[in-house]
Amino acid sequence: MKDTDGYMTEDGRQIGGVLMEMKNITLRFGGVVAIQDISFDVREGEIRAIIGPNGAGKSSMLNVISGFYHPQEGEVWYKGERRPAMKPYEVARLGVARTFQNIALFEGMSVLDNVMTGRLTHMHAGIGAQALWWGTARDEEIANRRKVEEVIDFLEIQHIRKTPVGTLPYGLKKRVELARALAAQPSILLLDEPMAGMNVEEKEDMSRFILDVNDEFGTTIALIEHDMGVVMDISDRVVVMDYGKKIGDGTPEEVRSNQDVIDAYLGVAH
Amino acid sequence: MTDTSRGAEGLRSIPALLKRNATQFAGKPAYREKDLGIWQSWTWAETAQEIEALALGLLNLGVNEGDFVAIIGRNRPYLYWSMVAAQSVGAVPVPLYQDAVAEEMEYVLGHCGARFVIAADQEQVDKVIEVQDGLHQFEHMLYIDPRGLRKYDHSQLHRFRHVQEQGRAAREEFLPELDRRRGALDYDDTCVMLYTSGTTGKPKGVVLSNRNIIETAKNSSEFDHLREGDEVLAYLPMAWVGDFIFSIGQAYWTGFCVNCPESADTMMTDLREIAPSYYFAPPRVFETQLTQIMIRMEDASKLKRQIFHHFMGHAQKVGPTILDGGKVGLVDRLKYRLGEALVYGPLKDTLGFSRVRVGYTAGEAIGPEIFDFYRSLGINLKQLYGQTEASVFITQQPDGEVRSDTVGVPSPGVEIKIADNGEVFYRSPGTFVEYYKNAESTADTKDPEGWVATGDAGFFEEGTGHLRIIDRAKDVGQMADGGLFAPKYVENKLKFYPNILEAVVFGAGRDRCCAFINIDLTAVGNWAERNNIAYASYQELAGHPRVLEMIQNHVEETNESVAQDEILSGCQVHRFLVLHKELDADDGELTRTRKVRRKIIGEKFDDLVTALYDGSDSIYTETEVTYEDGRKGKIKATLEIRDARVVPVAPRAVAAE
Repeated sequence: MKDTDGYMTEDGRQIGGVLMEMKNITLRFGGVVAIQDISFDVREGEIRAIIGPNGAGKSSMLNVISGFYHPQEGEVWYKGERRPAMKPYEVARLGVARTFQNIALFEGMSVLDNVMTGRLTHMHAGIGAQALWWGTARDEEIANRRKVEEVIDFLEIQHIRKTPVGTLPYGLKKRVELARALAAQPSILLLDEPMAGMNVEEKEDMSRFILDVNDEFGTTIALIEHDMGVVMDISDRVVVMDYGKKIGDGTPEEVRSNQDVIDAYLGVAH
Repeated sequence: MTDTSRGAEGLRSIPALLKRNATQFAGKPAYREKDLGIWQSWTWAETAQEIEALALGLLNLGVNEGDFVAIIGRNRPYLYWSMVAAQSVGAVPVPLYQDAVAEEMEYVLGHCGARFVIAADQEQVDKVIEVQDGLHQFEHMLYIDPRGLRKYDHSQLHRFRHVQEQGRAAREEFLPELDRRRGALDYDDTCVMLYTSGTTGKPKGVVLSNRNIIETAKNSSEFDHLREGDEVLAYLPMAWVGDFIFSIGQAYWTGFCVNCPESADTMMTDLREIAPSYYFAPPRVFETQLTQIMIRMEDASKLKRQIFHHFMGHAQKVGPTILDGGKVGLVDRLKYRLGEALVYGPLKDTLGFSRVRVGYTAGEAIGPEIFDFYRSLGINLKQLYGQTEASVFITQQPDGEVRSDTVGVPSPGVEIKIADNGEVFYRSPGTFVEYYKNAESTADTKDPEGWVATGDAGFFEEGTGHLRIIDRAKDVGQMADGGLFAPKYVENKLKFYPNILEAVVFGAGRDRCCAFINIDLTAVGNWAERNNIAYASYQELAGHPRVLEMIQNHVEETNESVAQDEILSGCQVHRFLVLHKELDADDGELTRTRKVRRKIIGEKFDDLVTALYDGSDSIYTETEVTYEDGRKGKIKATLEIRDARVVPVAPRAVAAE
C-alpha cells in the first residue's frame, strides 16, 4: 500500500498519488490531547474514511484538515507542498470543501440560494457589478447557476429547488449540504458523519451519492463516520482512531480483522 | 365514418404525420422538457431531424423491419422520438413500465423477442443487464443519460446521442433505405405494441395498427376540438395506452405540443409552469391535489379560510351549472365572478389548471365530491371509459353533459352492445388487431365480427343514453343469501374518503362483507400531526386506536350510503381491519396502473381474511415485502379487527334522491 504511484481498487478504479498527507499530527486543548501523533495520507480519487468510537478525535482530525484547528505538532502536506497555518476560507480556496455533522445551512434561504453560496470561491466580480447584475458579474452568475443546476440534477433535488431549507426534513438537508460542498468543485471533499441520524433507506441513498460523486467527478473524498457497516462498504481505505490515537489503517478487510479495532469497538475486559 | 382504406387524408403512419407536421407546423413547438431548471423546446422541424438521425442510427445498428424495440423510462422527448424512429425503420416500439422489476421486464422482453432496447438511465440499463442472459434475441441497448454508465462494457451498449451522430454521418448511405421503409408503412401495419397491466395473470401484448391509432386520434381530437396550439403535460407511464394516444396519436394528428416534466417529483411545479390546455389524470391525482389543498387551507389564517369556504360553497351551488351553460341568476353570476377573482382563479393557477379547456379522468371511479369540486371551479373535467384493446376510447362525456356517475356516450365511431349478463361489448376503428402470440386469448376477447368483451358490467341509462359501469363483470358475484355482490362499488365509496387510500372488500359466496383498508399516509399523517398523535412508522400509525376509530366512522357512514341502494344493500361492511403495509405493485398486490389484484390479495392475506370471518378480535401476521431494490423482507404485526355498525336492511322503497 505504500507505493508512490497509487493502486488499483477491487472494482477497477485507478487511485492516484498522495493528495494530502498528515504527518505526526498532535492536537491539544489545554491538557486534553485530542489527537496524538497521527499520520496518514489521502490519495487522489480515493474514498478515505476515518472511523472510531465516540470521542476518538475524528471530528478534530477533520477540523485540522479543513484548517479550522491548528495542530501544535505535525505537518499537513497538500498537493506536494507543506501547508502553512491558514484560515478556513483560505483552505476552501485551495479546493477543500466540507459538510458538517450538525448541518450548517442558511435555514431561511432556498435550496438553490444555499447551493449557490458554494460557488462563492468562484465569483470574482466586484460588489458594484454584482448589485447591478452587469457585465462579468452577469456572465459569472449564469455560469455558476448552470454548475449549481448540474449539481441539483446530480443529487436529484430539483423538486425542492425553491423550497426554504428550514422546512426540509433532515435527510434532504444533508443532501443539500452535500450539494453546496459539491458546487464548489472541490479537489477534496470532507464529509463529517454524512449518515448520522439517517434511516436505512436514506443511508443507502447517501452512499450511492457519495460513490457517484467519486465516480463521476473523480472527487477525492475523506469522510468521518460512526456507522461501521456503511463505511466498510464504500471506502477504499480506512483509518481507525481511538482516544486520539491511530489504531488501524488499511483496506476495510484489513481493518476488520485488526484485533485492536475489534477491541476498541466491542470493548475488552480490563 | 370516412372511407379509411387509404388512411385518413392519405396519412397512414405516425412517420407520415411527422413529415406533414415538419412542413405544416415547422416552427411551432412539438416538445418541451425542463432540463437543468430551464424549459428546452424542439420545433416540429427539429423533431423531424432528431428522429431521422436516430432512425438512420438504428439502421446503422442493423434494426430490421418487424423487429421489436423496447422503450423504458420516464416521459422524455428522446423516448417519444425513439418510438417514432423505430416506426420509421419499420420496427415496432414496445414501451415498458419503467417501475417494473427486472423479472417483469424479462417476461415482456422475452415474450416479444425484443432485439433492441432503448433505456433512459443506469437504473433501467441495470435491470435489462440483470436479465439479459435469459433473452436470446436481445442484441443492443441504447441509453440516454450516461451517468454512472461510463465504465460499463460498451460492446452491446450505445449512447443515444452517439447513435444519432453515427446516423447523421451515414446519412448518404442509409437515407434511401430509410425512405423506402417509411414509404412502405401501411395503414394495417403495427403501430405499437402495448402490454396490458394484467389484473389477472401474465401481461398480454396488445397489437395496435396505424389504423387503430390514427382513426382514434382523429375522432377523439375532433370530438374535443383539439388544435395545434394545445399543450399537454406528459407524465403518465409511457407504457400506458392513454399516454400513447395523447402524447403521440393526438399530438401528431393535431400538431400540439407535448411537455415533459423535469422529474417525477417536480410534476406539480411543472404542471403549474406549463398550465396545459388539455389534461388527463387518473382520479388518484385529483384526489391527492384536493387533499393537499385542504391540508394547506387548514394551515391558512382564519380570514383566508373563511373566504375560501364561503366562495367554495357558492361555487358548488352554481359553478357546474355555469360550466354547462345552464341558467343562473344575475346575482349568483356576479358573485361567482367575484369568487373567480378572489379564490377560484388563484386556486386554478396554483394547481396549474388556469388554461385547461378539456380535462379527462378515467381508469377508476372518481368520488362525486372530488369531481364536483373541480367542475365547480370552472374546470371542464370529464370522464371517459376505455381500455388498451380499444385504443382508449369506448365512451366519453360530451361538453355540457357531464356527471360523476356515468362515463358518457359512445365515442365517435364506436358501437356498443350490452350482453344478457350485463357485460359491455364494443366495436370500433380502434379495436386492437390481436394479442401477440396468443390466438386463444384473442379469440376469447374478440369475436369474428369484431365485438370485444370489456369484462365490465354496465347499462345504458334510460333517457340520457349515457353508459354506467357497475363493476368488473367477473368481480360481480353473489353472496351466500343470493344478494348481488359488487365489491368495487363499496370500495369506491370507501376510497372517496381522503383518509382511505385503498380498500379491498370480500364477500363473494359468504354471508356478509368484510374489508381491508389502507390508510393514506399523507392525509392521516397530517391529521395525526394536527391532533398531536405521535407515531414512528406507517405500521404504528395504521394501528393507532384513534385512526381505527376514524376509519370505523368512515366505514359506518359508507354502510349508511350503501344501504340506500336497494340491490346492493347487502354489501355493507360488517368487519374491517387496517392493513399494516401499503398495498404495492412490487409485491404483486396491485397492477402497475394501481388496480387491486383481488385474488392475489385474498390468497396472500388468507390468515387475515379468515380472522375477519371467524370473529377474532385481533390477529398476528407476518408479511413478506419487496423493497425497491428487489430485496425481500418480512414485517410482523398484530392487527386489531373491528366491527362496524350496519344499517338493518328491510325491504323498503328507496326515497328518491
